[in-house]
Amino acid sequence: MTATTTSEPTRTGGVRALYSGNAGAVLGRGLLAARSSTWVVVVSGFFEPVFFLLAMGVGLGTYIGDVALPSGREIPYAAYIAPALLAVSAMNGAVYDSTWNVFFKMHFGKLYQAMMATSLGPLDVALGEIGYALLRGVVYATGFLTVMQLMGLNLSWTAILTLPAVLLIAFGFASLGMAVTSYMSTFQQMDWINFVLLPMFLFSATFFPLSVYPEPLQWLIQALPLWHGVELIRGLTTGELDGATAVHVGYYAALVAIGVVVTTRRLRALFLD
Amino acid sequence: MKAGAPCPYRAVTFRLVPVPVITATGLTKRYGELVAVAGIDLEVAPGESFGLLGPNGAGKSTTMRMIGAVSTRTSGDLQVLGLDPDTHGPEIRSQLGVVPQEDNLDTELRVRDNLIVYGRYFGIPRAECGRRADELLAFAQLEEKSKAKVDDLSGGMKRRLTIARALVNNPRVLMLDEPTTGLDPQARHVLWDRLFRLKERGTTLVLTTHYMDEAEQLCDRLVVVDEGRIMAEGSPASLIREHSSREVVELRFGSRRNEAAAERLEGLGDRVETLPDRVLVYAGDGEAVLEQVARLGLHPTTSLVRRSSLEDVFLRLTGRSLIE
Repeated sequence: MTATTTSEPTRTGGVRALYSGNAGAVLGRGLLAARSSTWVVVVSGFFEPVFFLLAMGVGLGTYIGDVALPSGREIPYAAYIAPALLAVSAMNGAVYDSTWNVFFKMHFGKLYQAMMATSLGPLDVALGEIGYALLRGVVYATGFLTVMQLMGLNLSWTAILTLPAVLLIAFGFASLGMAVTSYMSTFQQMDWINFVLLPMFLFSATFFPLSVYPEPLQWLIQALPLWHGVELIRGLTTGELDGATAVHVGYYAALVAIGVVVTTRRLRALFLD
Repeated sequence: MKAGAPCPYRAVTFRLVPVPVITATGLTKRYGELVAVAGIDLEVAPGESFGLLGPNGAGKSTTMRMIGAVSTRTSGDLQVLGLDPDTHGPEIRSQLGVVPQEDNLDTELRVRDNLIVYGRYFGIPRAECGRRADELLAFAQLEEKSKAKVDDLSGGMKRRLTIARALVNNPRVLMLDEPTTGLDPQARHVLWDRLFRLKERGTTLVLTTHYMDEAEQLCDRLVVVDEGRIMAEGSPASLIREHSSREVVELRFGSRRNEAAAERLEGLGDRVETLPDRVLVYAGDGEAVLEQVARLGLHPTTSLVRRSSLEDVFLRLTGRSLIE
């Protein structure tokens, strides 16, 4: 036959090999599996920032009184730290699933190996798993936002915009978390994630403004993701928005893009060698 | 068409030879310095049950992974269902059923959900997944375990569930990597029975094994693989005919006396093979050999005449046992 070239199937490598448009099946699997998870553990993740708000904001806050925003406006201490803790709750939910749970699925459950033997591609798996992890962050954050509303800590109508903002923050942390976890092979390495998360939680202008630090330290904190989340949310709940808000959004958009690309490449390298 | 021009259809001849589902030529996989698969050629016809027999580390699993479009070849040609895995990975995988060497069932999901969710990975609608899950649970004799947790299943049940899962997308080829390794004899027989039913239905099976009895039971045709190369190819019966005698006499003289006895046995039958624990004499007539052994004044502690098996073929080809 001479006309074989026309009857040969067209090349469909490249993106097709990465993505089958079925990330929803991976996300659906996560939701179904969540039924068997230990609910006490899941709920405790929500209460952590709530306890911080009560202890630091309400308890310690009575001794601190009001604090001044960069604009000079004075707000109660609880209203100062609550948006930071909202960003933290989005981070916690997203990071918890995208790090430890992903680590177990990768090394012990062999879940991704099973998924990759089907028509799913690494991008389906990355998006599905990141999507599931960010949902948990969004659920925590929505709960926390309700607590803030009940306590009268949302000072501006723009606080409603924190809903899409926490989605973006959770997406950023879930992507970053899964990308970092894909390089981890031992429990010891996983402990490093906690070692980074705790100081980031305490020092990212969460409980006091960045101005207390010497300048080089300020730069370091401003390079880390949580600070951008804290500032973004604080701007929205206090109604003090400026050009920096766009920078924070851009930072997270970049984090999402990098996280998804790195995760996809790692999954491909690990499971489609 | 101009008058007098040759009819273009006349040249077409109908070929009844089925198009192979898998064709590999010089298939090679290297991991750095290590050569896992060293240029193998094979062809699998639709409906055929094809086996790769070889010891651990022979390159069977790597070959399976390359055919399964989850590992890229280093060199050589490979066509699976007429497609090149390098460019059509997802299309190939959507038409394969894969049973990996180690069970990788979803332990966070119940038995039936394992089948449904796996079907969803292929983009099969949920209702259809449910229907197929019930059918497959019946096939795998796991109907009572539908709501059970995966961790509560026995080894044999997990294996059957893995096979059921691999069938959820109605695959054109079922790939089984060491399907019964680690199972007790009873569970193996249940599994063989299920696989045999699939074979009867016309499912193309590709399996690896290091059990000769499994290969003999399930494979129409097989290749013997060692150190990444194909040592021989054929049906179990033809391989035995070609590379071994009809019968084998197994003689045990005690581990310290085997060597000395083997020297005196030299010349008996077609061939004498000395293993650490026994001496094998390959011959057309085993009973006759036993009589000769007695006449030589040798008194083995145990003796046994049996038919040649693929184990003997492997020993002959590589000088080593399959299971060491």
